[in-house]
Amino acid sequence: MADTTSTTAAAPLTTADGRSLKAALATAQSRAKRRALFLVLPLFLFIVITFILPIGQMLHRSVKNDGFSANMPAISAWFAENPAGTEPDEAAYAALAADLQAASAAKTIGVVGTRVNYDMPGTRSLFTSSARKSKDFVAPFKESLLAADAKWGDPALWGVMRQVSKTYSGNFFLAAVDLARDADGKIIRAPEDRRIYVSLFVRTFFMAGLITGICLLIAFPVAHLLATLPLRYSNLLMILVLLPFWTSLLVRTTSWIVLLQTQGVINNSLVAGGLLSEENRIQMIYNQTGTIIAMTHILLPFMILPLYSVMRPIPPSYVRAARSLGATSWTAFRRIYLPQTLPGIGAGALLVFILAVGYYITPALVGGASGQLISNLIAFHMQDSLNWSLAAALAAILLGAVLILYWLYDRLVGIDNLKLG
Amino acid sequence: MTAKTGADRFVEFDHVQKSYDGETLVVKDLNLTMPKGEFLTMLGPSGSGKTTCLMMLAGFETATHGEIRLDGQPINMVPPHKRGIGMVFQNYALFPHMTVGENLSFPLEVRGLGKSEREAKIKRALDMVQMGSFINRRPAQLSGGQQQRIALARALVFDPSLVLMDEPLGALDKQLREHMQFEIKHLHESLGITVVYVTHDQGEALTMSDRVAVFNDGRIQQLAPPADLYERPDNSFVAQFIGENNKLPGTVEEISGDKCTVRLDDGEIIDATPVNVSQKGQRTLVSIRPERVEFKPEMMPEGAHTVDATVLEVIYMGDILRVVLRVAGSDDFVMKMRNTLGQTRLAAGQKIKVGWHPQDARALDPI
Repeated sequence: MADTTSTTAAAPLTTADGRSLKAALATAQSRAKRRALFLVLPLFLFIVITFILPIGQMLHRSVKNDGFSANMPAISAWFAENPAGTEPDEAAYAALAADLQAASAAKTIGVVGTRVNYDMPGTRSLFTSSARKSKDFVAPFKESLLAADAKWGDPALWGVMRQVSKTYSGNFFLAAVDLARDADGKIIRAPEDRRIYVSLFVRTFFMAGLITGICLLIAFPVAHLLATLPLRYSNLLMILVLLPFWTSLLVRTTSWIVLLQTQGVINNSLVAGGLLSEENRIQMIYNQTGTIIAMTHILLPFMILPLYSVMRPIPPSYVRAARSLGATSWTAFRRIYLPQTLPGIGAGALLVFILAVGYYITPALVGGASGQLISNLIAFHMQDSLNWSLAAALAAILLGAVLILYWLYDRLVGIDNLKLG
Repeated sequence: MTAKTGADRFVEFDHVQKSYDGETLVVKDLNLTMPKGEFLTMLGPSGSGKTTCLMMLAGFETATHGEIRLDGQPINMVPPHKRGIGMVFQNYALFPHMTVGENLSFPLEVRGLGKSEREAKIKRALDMVQMGSFINRRPAQLSGGQQQRIALARALVFDPSLVLMDEPLGALDKQLREHMQFEIKHLHESLGITVVYVTHDQGEALTMSDRVAVFNDGRIQQLAPPADLYERPDNSFVAQFIGENNKLPGTVEEISGDKCTVRLDDGEIIDATPVNVSQKGQRTLVSIRPERVEFKPEMMPEGAHTVDATVLEVIYMGDILRVVLRVAGSDDFVMKMRNTLGQTRLAAGQKIKVGWHPQDARALDPI
């Protein structure tokens, strides 16, 4: 054995029967590889179908809206041929009239009107009513259309139509950050009364940050107790921590309503105890306070568990060593204990913040007007206004913000240090 | 005893008791006085109370009763960080998020030392354990032995006069452990520090200590220099716990001053030194070290009693020959012979007579 290896040291290694060692290794491992692939495949497909595809669809929808371009092909073509700022000529009006007739016949004029209405409120009826009269339009179409409704001469309307005629545009993202395009296509701030999204984003991130902070303050001592108490006490405490997980989210939120409402348990007790007069009952729910209290309660376990998993393996000898080396208990905590819990703090904070930013049901139930988060508006655009593209754009911004946060965390703390349990 | 100076009573345990649950005492009435500069080892099986004593001295446990004094001052109420005691922990407890240099800098920073002074002390401490080039490493990048040295350097860097060590070599392999024993011993000698060392390894205790306190059941069974402990154990527990030992149960036949004879259970008479027996007729357990057993009549003192023995097995161990004998009905009597050139070779089945100097056979309390 020894002499064969020494003589063939320079040549590629072969197995005993002369096959290439690399090929033999590949054959030997291929079975294991195939089996591994087979085991992972269902999960991979599941993730593609339920996660990657819907998110891709959502991102796609945030930039694509063919409500106008698909149903008004002629005028869309005219916009494409003529640069912005071109005065609409007879050809344009002719195309518009043809499109209106076609859309009216295909009964798609509602879709077109709605699409224009997103960017210029109050125009939906212009399209529907003009479509009804479209059979009567005759050349010259400009006069005919203007006779039907003088608004057709409005340069602003033409500007908006030029914008919406593009199947793909970033206009929904502009709208999501309170911006718009004017008739010339320049980006301007949205009208005062329509600037709601930026302030809502700010409020969402502020409240998510606040909830994360409160969760951390409450969770840290609890997790420390969990990690240091004797087993039988810590088990009991762990059950108390996990108890909310076993209760329906709706039940927990409703119980907060029972507790916090103006005629609720807390207010009643305060009034009965003479601490509060009847007319000064505190408004603790259907506002930001309610959202913060209920969401802190619901998200607390997500902070406690990662903290606990990081604290449990820290032996008490570290703090003892620090004390014996001359550190006060505060210094030992700050310089020795706290830095070692950072991966848990990071993981918990990231988890709670990301969950809080996209939280929907609790703010919807207890948030009132001032406690609404961006997710509630996304739901509104999905369900009520049916402006899915705007909803998608808002969601995409939220997703982007979370990804940036994740990236920042990776840069500052390192994702390898994340410990979730 | 009345004119003891402060240096002779550097560490003092005065009737110290400790209970965790209010029902049982983990430490029962501990009295211990250590002079400055001594290397004292607390030796005992696990659960004997030795670590609890160390933790009370360090300030992590409070004494239920009694007073602990350091340099004459009661320290029961002094928090650990104000005691100024260096400590080496079993698992080293090096701060994992700090480099070696930062670990050593920590005790100096909390004492408010300036940067240049800190650096000088860190360098000196690291050189002391030959780890000067490791200053920028993290503990995780060091081997067990290296971590051990750093832990030692960290406990010494702020010049404490008392250093506690809680089984510091427990996690090292045998060879490294023996090497570190000498290194710690040398550091103790060159720095003139007082060391309280806790271990359950009797070899370690004998090698390193000025005095050893053998703990069992919450009490100090014997507090003596290693040689005394090994050669003159006070009671059966100490005799059993330290080193190998032959036990011969019997009854005191005759006693006069520092000599006695004991009748073994099969009727044979042996010589012994009375330790825990005072009168004729008492039950006793005679303990003899295997290397003090002789089988050549010329090596035994004049008129010594001998006992019949049958060789059961001779085990060749290189430096010694280990002979297992049947003596007085028991099959586990061991004799150790030096493997010298002219040594008589015994064979299994051979019948011999064994004897010993009376001071090597100690009549202890029966167990």
